[in-house]
Amino acid sequence: MTTIPHPVTQDSPLAKVRVDVVPLLLVPMLALLMLPLVGSFPTWVTLTVAGLAMGMMVFMMASGLTLIFGLMDVLNFGHGAFVSVGAFTATLVLLPMKGWVETESVWMNLSVVGMAILLAMLVTGLLGWAFERIIIRPVYGLHLKQILITMGGMIVAEQLIHVIWGAEQIPLQLPSTFRGAFIIGDAALEKYRLIAVGVGLTVFVTMFLVLNRTKVGLLIRAGVENGEMVEALGYRIRRLFVGVFMAGSALAGLGGVLWGMYKETLTAAIGGEMTVLVFIVIIIGGLGSVGGCFIGAMLVALVANYAGFLAPKVALVSDILLMVTVLLWRPQGLYPVAKR
Amino acid sequence: MMNNLLSGDLPRSRLLSAMLLAVLVGLALAPFLFHGARSLNVAATICVFIVLVASYDLLLGYTGIVSFAHTMFYGIGAYGVGLALHGMGPTWSAVLVGTSAALVVSLLLALVIGLFSLRVRAIFYAMITLAVAAAFAVLASQLSDYTGGEDGRTFKVPDLLQPGFHLLEGEFFGRALDGKLITYYLVFFSALALFLFMLRIVNSPFGRVLQAIRENDFRAEALGYRTVIYRTLANCLGALIATLAGVLMALWLRYVGPKTMLSFEVMTDILLIVVIGGMGTVYGAVIGSALFILMQNYLQVLMKEASAAMVGIPLLANLFHPDRWLLWLGVLFVLSVYFFPAGIVGKLRAGAQARSQRKP
Repeated sequence: MTTIPHPVTQDSPLAKVRVDVVPLLLVPMLALLMLPLVGSFPTWVTLTVAGLAMGMMVFMMASGLTLIFGLMDVLNFGHGAFVSVGAFTATLVLLPMKGWVETESVWMNLSVVGMAILLAMLVTGLLGWAFERIIIRPVYGLHLKQILITMGGMIVAEQLIHVIWGAEQIPLQLPSTFRGAFIIGDAALEKYRLIAVGVGLTVFVTMFLVLNRTKVGLLIRAGVENGEMVEALGYRIRRLFVGVFMAGSALAGLGGVLWGMYKETLTAAIGGEMTVLVFIVIIIGGLGSVGGCFIGAMLVALVANYAGFLAPKVALVSDILLMVTVLLWRPQGLYPVAKR
Repeated sequence: MMNNLLSGDLPRSRLLSAMLLAVLVGLALAPFLFHGARSLNVAATICVFIVLVASYDLLLGYTGIVSFAHTMFYGIGAYGVGLALHGMGPTWSAVLVGTSAALVVSLLLALVIGLFSLRVRAIFYAMITLAVAAAFAVLASQLSDYTGGEDGRTFKVPDLLQPGFHLLEGEFFGRALDGKLITYYLVFFSALALFLFMLRIVNSPFGRVLQAIRENDFRAEALGYRTVIYRTLANCLGALIATLAGVLMALWLRYVGPKTMLSFEVMTDILLIVVIGGMGTVYGAVIGSALFILMQNYLQVLMKEASAAMVGIPLLANLFHPDRWLLWLGVLFVLSVYFFPAGIVGKLRAGAQARSQRKP
C-alpha cells in the first residue's frame, strides 16, 4: 500500500499505478471467516481485539527492520536488542515513579507512560545510531558478515542488559487506570489492548503520511526502489539511512515498552524471543515493504489468536504455516519490492 | 600416511600442529589424565562439539550458507535415539532404530528446507531456518506426551555403556574399565572418524566446488556446476553429521531435553566457536571447541575471583560476574569477525606463511 507511489501531481502525465488490493482484503476476510468457526460473537470480538493489539506491537518492532532492509540491504539480526533495551529503559521511569503509576488519575498515568516511552525511544534511537556507526558501517554489502556481526551485537547487548539491570526478571506494573476491561454487551475488551491498537494505528498513519506526503518520505521510497539513482540526483542517501535506522530502532524501542507492559515481566531475552516473529512478519509482507509488514503483522497475530482458541496445538506452528501458505501464493511476500 | 589420513590438508603451522596434537592427546587420554566426572564430561562435550561445529563449518565456512537450524538437526539426532531407548528399552536395536529414524527425518527436512529456500539469497535462508528451528523447539517442548516436554527424558543405555558395567575387574592406570569409559571412547572414536571424514569431504573435488560457490556463486554456475544442487547436498551432509553428533551427545548424557539440545543458546555457541576458531578451516572447529568449552567450564572460576576483587565497584563487579562470560565471548566474536575473519586457525596459518616466505 505504501510502496506503491500515487501520481505525483495533477499535471503529471504518469500512468496510474494499479493498486494491488487483494492483500488488503486478507485481514477483514480472515476475521469474518473466523466468526462462524469461533461461534460466539463476544468471544470473537475479544479474540480479534487481542489479535489486533498484538499485531500493532509486532508491527512497530518490524516496520523499522523492513525499511532498513529495503533502503540499505542490511538485515539486522540484532533488531531484537532494541526491543529489549526499550523495555528495560522504560523501567528507569516506571519503577522510581511508582506513585504516579499507582494513582487512579488518568493524566498522571498517561504522563508517566508517555515519559517512559519518550525516554525509551530516545535511548534506542541513540543506540541505533551507535549500532549503525560501530557495528554495521564496516560491513555494508557483505551479507554473511552482516548476519554474524549483528548476531554478535545482539549477544553483547543482551549481556549488557544483564550487567546494568541485573539478571533477575523485573516485574512491570500496568498503570492502574489501564487495567481491567470495558464490557460492551457480552464482549470484554481489555483497556490496555485498545490503547495498544490506538498507539499502533497512530504510528502506522504517521508513517504512512511521512512516507507518502513528505519529501523525506519520497526520498526514502525512491531509495528503496533505486538507491544509486537517488545518490546520482545529489541526495546523501547515507544520511537518510542513518535517520531511518535511528527511527526504526526507536520504533522497536516503543514496541518493546508496550510489549513489556503487556507481558508485565521483563527478561533480557524479551527482544530475542520476538525476533523470529518479526522475521516471519517481514517475510510475509515482502522484504522492504511497510504496508506489507503491517498486513503481515495483523495476519500473524490474528491467526495466532484464533488458532490458540480453536486448536491450541496448531497454534504452536501457526506462524510457520501461515508463512508457507503466503509464500506459496506469492513467493516474494505480499508486496514484493522489486530489485535484489 | 599422515598426509593420507588428513586428506592432504595439513595444519601448515607449527604452533597449530602443536595445539591440535595437544587437543588430540588430551582427548584421547582424558580418562587417565584427569580424574573426576566433571573433567571427563568436559572432554566428551568437546568431542561432540568438534563434530557439530565442523559440520556447521561445512555450511558456513565452506559453502557460505548461514543456517540457524543446525541445532534442530542436532536435536533430532538426540531425540531420535533418546526416545527410541526410552520407548523400546535399553537395547542396541533401539539405538540403531533411533539413529536411522533420526537420520531419515533430518535428511528429509534438510532437503525440503534446502530446495524451498536455498534458491534465493543467503539472508532469506537464514531467516527461514531461524523460524523453522524455533517452531521445532516449541513443538519439542510442548508435545510433552512424546518428548517429555521441558523436563526432557532420561533413559537407560545398552548394558555395555552403563556406568555399572565392568569389562574387566580391577583398575587400569587408576581407572576402572567401566561402561562410562567405554561410552567415552565410543564418543571419542566416532568423533575422530567423523572429523576425518569431513576433512576428506572438504578436500575432495566436491569440497572445492563448495568453496567456489562461496567465493562467487555466479561464476560457479557459469562453469557448469548446478549451485542449487551443490548447496542442497552440503546442507544435507551437514544436517546428517549434526544428527550423528546429537546421537553421541544423547548416549553420553543419557538424557535428552529441549534446553540442552534445541535451545537457541546452543546455536549461538556454535556460531561463536566457528567464527572464533576459524571459518572455512575444519581445524578451527577443534581449536574453537576446545577453547570455548574449557572457557565455559573454567573461565567462570577466574571471573568469580575477578568479580570478588571488585566487589566494591558496582558496575565493574557485574561486568566480571561469572555468569557474564558470554559477554566477553560476544565481544571477542564481534572483534574477530572484523579483524581476523579466518579466526585463530587462519591467523596462525597466515603467520606461518609469512615466516616461510621471508626465510628464502
